[in-house]
Amino acid sequence: MSKFVYADNAATTKLSDTAFEAMKPYLTELYGNPSSLYRLGIKTRAAVDNAREDIAKLLNASKPNEIYFVSGGSEADNWAIKGAAELGEKKGKKHIISSKFEHHAVLHTLEYLEKKGFEITLLDVHEDGLVRPEELEAAIRSDTALVTIMFANNEIGTIQPIKELAETAHKHGVIFHTDAVQAVGTIPVDIAELGVDMLSLSAHKFHGPKGVGALYVKQGIRLPNLVHGGAQERGFRAGTENVAGIVGMAAALKESVEKMPERNPRLEKIRDKIIDELLKIERSRINGDRKHRLPGNINMCFHGIEGESLLLMLDMKGVEASSGSACTSGSLDPSHVLLSIGLPHEVAHGSLRLSFSDETTEKDADYILEVLPPIIERLRAMSPLWEKIKKNDKN
Amino acid sequence: MAYSEKVMDHFANPRNVGEMPDADGVGEVGNPKCGDIMKMYIKVKDDIITDVSFKTFGCGAAIATSSMATELVKGKSIKDALQLTNKAVMEALDGLPPVKVHCSVLAEQAIKAALSDYYRRQGIDPEPIVGTITECEECAFHDD
Repeated sequence: MSKFVYADNAATTKLSDTAFEAMKPYLTELYGNPSSLYRLGIKTRAAVDNAREDIAKLLNASKPNEIYFVSGGSEADNWAIKGAAELGEKKGKKHIISSKFEHHAVLHTLEYLEKKGFEITLLDVHEDGLVRPEELEAAIRSDTALVTIMFANNEIGTIQPIKELAETAHKHGVIFHTDAVQAVGTIPVDIAELGVDMLSLSAHKFHGPKGVGALYVKQGIRLPNLVHGGAQERGFRAGTENVAGIVGMAAALKESVEKMPERNPRLEKIRDKIIDELLKIERSRINGDRKHRLPGNINMCFHGIEGESLLLMLDMKGVEASSGSACTSGSLDPSHVLLSIGLPHEVAHGSLRLSFSDETTEKDADYILEVLPPIIERLRAMSPLWEKIKKNDKN
Repeated sequence: MAYSEKVMDHFANPRNVGEMPDADGVGEVGNPKCGDIMKMYIKVKDDIITDVSFKTFGCGAAIATSSMATELVKGKSIKDALQLTNKAVMEALDGLPPVKVHCSVLAEQAIKAALSDYYRRQGIDPEPIVGTITECEECAFHDD
C-alpha cells in the first residue's frame, strides 16, 4: 500500500549490491593494513592498487598514480583549490576564477582564500545555468593561479562546456580544476579528452559508499601535501587507507559506467516526460537549460508555494525529494544556485529538485505525476501569495 | 530538523484554513522574500472572536503555527487574544526547532494585525491597544 519513491539521488544514492559485495571481504577477513608486508597486507595493498587502476581506466587518466584517494568531494575540492592557490602564490599569482553557482565546498574554500589575500572572480552563469568560455577568457589575468568550474551543477543539473573551459585556461597557462562530483558515474567523463588538470569525485553519488572519493591530479602538478604523516597516497595524503571504501568506489564506478548506455536514455525519457507534464501547471518553470542537463535532474519552481511544505507533503505520500527554499537550507536565503540564474527570492522559495538513478522506474515517474499536482493545488489554495499573483493576473 | 507530532498534525490537517469574505478584521504579515506570509481573518461580536481563519504561504512550521494560533484565539475575548504570545503557540505545538521560532512570532503578529485592522475599521487607533506590529527581526534584514 505505502509507496516509496526516492528522488533525491543528487544528495546521495543507495549503495549498489555489487559495491557492497566487493566491500564485504575488506570489512571482515581481509583486514590487513596495506602498508604491512605480510600476506594480509599484500592482499589489501593489491585491492587498493587495483581500485586505483580501475578508476584511472574508467576515467581515461593516463596513469593510476594520478588518482589520489580522499574522504569525498569536499576534501578533494579543498585540496585542489588550496593546493593550486599555494602553488600560484609562490609565483606571485593570487587570482582565482570560479563560477557563482559552485558547491559550497568550492565557494567557502574560495572565501577562506579571499581572507588570506587572494582575489576571486566568480563568473556569471546566466539564466540557463551555463558558464561562457569567452567570459572566462576575458576574466583571466597574468596573475590568475587557478580556474575551477564545476562539471555539472548539483541543483539544476546543467552541464558545463568543460573541454572548452579547460582549453581557454590552458591557452593562458592557468591550471584548470573541475568539481565533477555530480558528473562522474552519471555521464561520460573522459579526462584525456577533456584535458582538465584536476578533477574531484565522490563515491556515494554513483551508488558507492559514503566517506570516500578521489582527486585526479595530472602528472607534473605537484600539490602540497594534504595530510602529513605516513607514505600513503605517496605521502600526499597520509593515513591508513579506507580499503573497503576504495574497493566499493571502484566497483560502483565500474557498474555505473557500464550501465550508462542503457540508463541515460531511459532516465532522459522519464525526466522529459515529468518536465513536460509539470510545465502544464500554471506558473511553473524549469530551472536551467533543458538540453545541457544531467539525465536524471529536474529542478522546477511553482509560483506561490514554499518548498519545504511541498517536500513535507510529498514525503507524506512517500516521495523523497529536495528543494532550494530557505527553510530547507537552514539559512534565511534560498539557494545561491537559483539566485545565480536570476530567480527572485519568492520564486526560488518554491523550488523542487527531483533527481533519479539506476533505481528509478517509469512507474515512479507516473506516481510522482499523480501525487504532485494535487499537492501544489492544495498549497496554492491556502497561499495568500498565490491569491495576489492571481489578482495581478486579472488586472 | 524534526517537527513534533503536533506540528505535523497541524501542517497536514490545518484548522480554520481559508478566506473569510465577511471578516471584521484582516491582517497580513511577512514577506515573500523571506518565504513566509500569513494572513488572518477574524469575525468579532460583542468583543468575542466568534470566527477566525487563515491563509499562509510558507514552510511546515509557518502553516502549523498559523493553524494553532487560530485555535488559540477562537471563541476568546479580544482582551484574551491580545495576550497571545509566540511562546504559547510554540508550547501548544510541543515546541519548534530553533530556526523555526520566527514562524511563531509571525503567527502572533498576524493575529495582532487582524485585531489592529478590526479597531481601525471601528475608527479606533489600534496602536495604544495592540502595539506596533513588529514581525520578526530576521525579516527586517531582508528589506532592500
